[in-house]
Amino acid sequence: MSFRLEARGLDCERDGQRLFAGLGLSVADGDCLLVSGPNGSGKSTLLRMLAGQLPPQAGELAWCGRVLRHGARALRANLLYMGHAPGVAASLTPLETLAWYQALRGERGDDDARLAALEDWGLGEGAGIPAGQLSAGQRRRVALARLTLTSAPLWLLDEPFTALDRDAANLLEERLSAHVRAGGAVVLASHHVPALTVAMSRLALGESPRPDEVAV
Amino acid sequence: MGAGDADTGLATAWAATLGRELRRAGRRRGETLAPLTFFALVIALFPLGLTVQPERLAGLAPGLLWVTALLATLLSLEALFRDDHADGSLEQMLLAPQPLAALVLAKVLAHWLVGGLPLALLAPLLGVLLALPAGSYLPLAVSLALGSASLSLIGAIGAALTVGLARGGLLLSVLVLPLFVPVLIFGAGAAQAALVGGAFGAHLALLGALLALALLLAPWAIAAALRIAING
Repeated sequence: MSFRLEARGLDCERDGQRLFAGLGLSVADGDCLLVSGPNGSGKSTLLRMLAGQLPPQAGELAWCGRVLRHGARALRANLLYMGHAPGVAASLTPLETLAWYQALRGERGDDDARLAALEDWGLGEGAGIPAGQLSAGQRRRVALARLTLTSAPLWLLDEPFTALDRDAANLLEERLSAHVRAGGAVVLASHHVPALTVAMSRLALGESPRPDEVAV
Repeated sequence: MGAGDADTGLATAWAATLGRELRRAGRRRGETLAPLTFFALVIALFPLGLTVQPERLAGLAPGLLWVTALLATLLSLEALFRDDHADGSLEQMLLAPQPLAALVLAKVLAHWLVGGLPLALLAPLLGVLLALPAGSYLPLAVSLALGSASLSLIGAIGAALTVGLARGGLLLSVLVLPLFVPVLIFGAGAAQAALVGGAFGAHLALLGALLALALLLAPWAIAAALRIAING
């Protein structure tokens, strides 16, 4: 599948401080973009704008050449966004959480595939217990198991390495590389520079007052 | 939910969201049963606190039951979106390729199924404590069932607006209580009319009309409020 998410002229101002202005970028199938920058430089804000969650103060998003209204479905149907909070409900089991995420995309899936995805991320035993009893890192792994199951080609991941141990971080790097190689696209906001086996472009926020146009 | 939705899977997403909410409510029984317990306790206290003749108590019963049910509903509203917001599930729901208004309707329906509907079923039992005559049990339960559904819908707008606030409880009450007033007037009115042997059909019809209006408008308002609150 060939696709392209473009952002043009994005402005972001918070508490009277300009985080970025006139920011443009383009992510297409087979691209990987690392958004880096110090705390408070607007990485998460940029990712939420790209997800269509946060309307930009100026500028626009386009999916496959079509300008999107705020939160348009064409983008959301192809998107997997993962924010700071893993999105794993404490009272539900990992299997139930994954089933709900699949259902939100209109997919039924089956428990065998979900269990395999959880085992893949080292959570075979925790699959049936409420996530409230899991550690922060394990809950993050539950969220990452969505990457194994989803059919969404564009992944927007905000600090996905948080709370992960070395093994899980390696596995995530492997999965990101594989996804990009298979024709998906990844936008990562992270302090950690992942060791990917695919080409990765970088966008540094907060280093110059006006980041230049970045083409990926 | 016809065949036209098959490609986006709205029916699947809607049913899964409803099932998820009911499952969560079942797992957190303490929180789910708190409004019902509050309702039962407060109503049980009225006959002790009001030392009046049973006939006079029965005259007060519709109002007491309705006000207490309204407060019990209010008590449960703050938790409607709180945990989903805290653990990030709400953000994911907002990004799902489904109409948000439909998904929040599933959440509100679950809220009513575990909150308002049991309140309505419990009310006749508690009516016995207040010396309510048997003839007004059914109108009371029907008025509470219809009315509490409206309360859940209207209250969810307030819950959505205050979801990001650390101490949103008081603000939530101040926001939604004025909107609860019409429901309270017609709801208690129906039960009161049944008590004095009058026609209560008109009150119930008005409650039904309020519910229809709330069903039509509230999901959109809740969805818009959530989008505002989550970006706040």
